[in-house]
Formats: sequence, structure tokens, C-alpha cells
Amino acid sequence: MTTINIEHTSRWFGNVVAVNDVTMTVGPGVTGLLGPNGAGKSTLINMMGGFLAPSTGAVTLDGAPIWRNESVYRQIGVVPEREAMYDFLTGREFVVANAELHGLGARQAQAALATVEMEYAQDRAISTYSKGMRQRVKMASALVHDPSVLLLDEPFNGMDPRQRMQLMDLLRRMGATGRTVLFSSHILEEVEQLASHIEVIVAGRHAASGDFRKIRRLMTDRPHRYLVRSSDDRALAAALIADPSTAGIEVDLTEGGLRVQAVDFGRFTQLLPRVARERSIRLLTVSPSDESLESVFSYLVSA
Amino acid sequence: MYNPTVARLTYRAVLGRRRAAILFILPALLLVMAVAVRSFNGADDQIAASLLGGFGIAAMVPLIGVIAGTGAIGPEIDDGSIVYLLSKPLKRSSIIFTKLIVAIAVTMAFSAIPMLIAGFVLNGNGQQIAIAYTVAALVASIAYSAVFLLLGTVSRNAVVIGLIYAIVWESVFGSLVEGARTLSVQQWALALAEDIAGEGLVGSDVGLPLAIVLLASVTTLATWYAGRKLRVLKLAGEE
Repeated sequence: MTTINIEHTSRWFGNVVAVNDVTMTVGPGVTGLLGPNGAGKSTLINMMGGFLAPSTGAVTLDGAPIWRNESVYRQIGVVPEREAMYDFLTGREFVVANAELHGLGARQAQAALATVEMEYAQDRAISTYSKGMRQRVKMASALVHDPSVLLLDEPFNGMDPRQRMQLMDLLRRMGATGRTVLFSSHILEEVEQLASHIEVIVAGRHAASGDFRKIRRLMTDRPHRYLVRSSDDRALAAALIADPSTAGIEVDLTEGGLRVQAVDFGRFTQLLPRVARERSIRLLTVSPSDESLESVFSYLVSA
Repeated sequence: MYNPTVARLTYRAVLGRRRAAILFILPALLLVMAVAVRSFNGADDQIAASLLGGFGIAAMVPLIGVIAGTGAIGPEIDDGSIVYLLSKPLKRSSIIFTKLIVAIAVTMAFSAIPMLIAGFVLNGNGQQIAIAYTVAALVASIAYSAVFLLLGTVSRNAVVIGLIYAIVWESVFGSLVEGARTLSVQQWALALAEDIAGEGLVGSDVGLPLAIVLLASVTTLATWYAGRKLRVLKLAGEE
């Protein structure tokens, strides 16, 4: 049982605050670190991996500080986001080197290569690998010493669906055996499929925490905004505002349509087509105007 | 302190790059010149000393030192692959120490050995000139490796800065400004050569005791500081 504790931790680069007073505990099982690009996920993972000092606060592994403490790497395995990895070596040579740096040998390296199913290409130079193959060899290098903590920065980037499924299976298995697995992603679906626990980071702040049901609920129960264009906007607006699922309507003259704010997502999606049909109003456009992940996250932050 | 795995990775990184061609070209150039001079002029102590000093010690050794010293760590920091060394239960100082040993070995192999051969070709080690310049190349290799390894650790423009130091400081500036010569690895190494070679063939601006002290302290300080910098290395290119 290994736990990473982040306590009131901030990290800034010059004037830019990348991580802002974050407190969280990452325990056994699979945790997803979810947030839009540039939210501070990599900075946070780099602090958990000991590659960056917190500007304030403390990042500890079972109570021991991680920064400037090489001994934590007996327990931590790191899968970095960056591609570079001694491309002139073969996959096998690379994993064997990583094993040796842990004081292990070819046997453990071979086992790790088998775990990620890369034995078939292990004698090819890494420079010839596809992105997914690189990702798997990186994974093997992180698993070679059987770490109790695995940190992965955007591990699914550039993987095809089959590789993605394989890696998810592998991480699930690792989580199920009591290891602490933390991965970052900016894709909600990815995190939902894999993580039993989700930490949401937006603009450097810890925005939400919980299982995927809780996060999903936070995201779907918020007011939804739609841009609606129809053959008779004002008649449609009058009919919609009469229903409690609609909280507000604005006539947007520049867009030539209505901005509708719905509070009851399920009910509104049924109401809109029904009202239009009953009044013989043709719907020309119905588009969610705030579905981008950033706006979902910004909602989470202000909630 | 010495880690064979780190060493293996470093050797392959240093020798496997296109830049490594310089490691072969410069010694080859020295040998070609030595053979040419010997066949046209016959054995001449003065000419031998000028060629080994003027090209070997002044240009070849520092340039090879730049390639080997910065190449032992710079590219790994640039592309981020050093993370695979840093995420291991290894002392940062042992990573630096190992890379220093590799840089020294490469610099010595590609500078001192050709120097010795060239010396014998030029005048058959008359007046101990071949041995003197070989010793100078050996000690200069140590100091250059340490300095350029540090440079590779702290700067992304290590090669450029290294070349400027090697060319501008060591040769041009050093020949114009008296004081600059005291602070020159080349002069320190030549102080040893001066002691070995026959009278009046090798000159150095620095006395032997001072040269030895400076060589030792620069090597030690640079290595120590590189280890320190590696401990707090921020991996670039993150957000």
C-alpha cells in the first residue's frame, strides 16, 4: 500500500502559476488526473515523480519527500510524455538498461517486455517504432522493477484503439493488485473507462474529486446552453420559457437565434422538439454552445 | 560511483552521433599532416613541436573535448531522455562521475593516442616531444571533459559556447591578452609538457605547480557543480 500525498502544493514558473494550492491523496487503485491541456497536469505529475520541486507545500510518498530523494524510485515507475528514449538502442537493450539501473537484469527486462507484449519487436531499433510501440516500451521500462506506484503522463496519446484497450487492461490489472496507478488525460471518456477515482485539475487548481459517477453528474447536471435557430424564434421562446426546464432565453441578434439556458437537461431535450412540432415551428439549428471541455471544466471550477 | 550501464549508454550516445565524425576527422588530419611534414622536411624537432602544439594541443584536443564532454550529457538533457537515468535509485553524482569518465576516455583515446603516433612519425620522439605532448593531451582531456560536461549540464547551447571557448579564448584571445593565458587549460597542460620535453621546445605561461593545482581544482569543481545542477535539473519542455 503506497500513497502519494500532495499537501497545499503550488508551483510557479516566473509569473505563471502552473499548480495552485492543490491538496490530494493518491492511493492504491487507478486514479485519473483529468484536465484540459495546460491545466497543470504535467507539472503535478512531475512533482509526484520528483522531477520538479514544489514552490510551496509538500509532495510525499508514504511520508517521505519525493524531491531530491532518489530512493523513492525503488517504488515509483515513471512513464514520461515525451518521446525521446535512446532511439539508437533496440527495445530489448533499452529495457535491459533500465533494469540494470535498478540493479536488476535481463530476466526482469524480459518479463516486462512480455507484459506489454513487445517481444515480437524487441530486437528492432527504437527509432523504427511507431508511437504505440514506443509507449509500450516506455511502459516496460517503468514496470521492470515491479513498482508499487506507476505515474503515466498522457499515456494514451497517439495510440490506436487496440493498443489503448491493451494498455487500459494492463493498468486495470495493476490497479486491481493494489498498486497505485495515476495517469493524466484531457479526455473524459478515457478517464471514465479506466479510473476508479478521478481528480480534476483546471487552470492549476484542484476542481473536483470523486468516482466517475460523481464527476459525470457534476458535468451533466449543470445548466446547458444552446444556440437555437428556428422559423419563428419569438414564438418558440415564449413556449420554452413556460416550462420549468428552461431557466432563461435571450434573443441573440448578431447570431440570429436564441440563446437558451436549460437547467434540466433530460427534460429540455424532450421539450424542445415537442414544442416545435406542436406549434409548427421549424428548427433550423440546435447546437450546444458550451460543450467544449474547457467550459465544462470552468463550470466545475465555479461550482 | 561508476555505473557500467550509464557508461554503456553514454559511449553509444557520444560515438553514435553524426558529430562523432569530428572525433575521427581531427586525429586523421593530424596524422596526415605529420606524415606529410616528415616526408617533405625530414625529422625536425622544432617543426614537430609546432605542429603538435599549434594544431594538436591548441585545436584538436579542445574540439574533441567539446564533442565528447558536451555530447556525454547535453543531448540527453535536450531531448528529455535523461529522465530514464534520473528516475532510478542512482546518485546524481554517480551519473555525472560516470559520464565524466566516459568523456575523459573518449577525449584521451581520440587525442592522446593520435598525438603519440604523430609525434613518433614527426621525429621519432626526439627530445621527448611525442611523450611531452601526449602527456599534455592526457591531462588536458581530463580538465576539458569536466568543464564541457558541466557546460552540457547547465546550457542548451553548450556546443556553441564550448567552441567559442576552444577557439576564441584558447587561441585568439589567449595570444593577445597576457592574463587570459593563465586561465587556459591549454597552458596548464603545456606546463607539464614543458617539464618533459627538451629545453626550449615547449613553452607555457604558467608554472608547473600552479598548473597542477588549477587543473585539479577546475576538474573537481566542475564535476561537483555538474552533480549539483543535475540534482535540481528541471526537465525542459514541460508545459
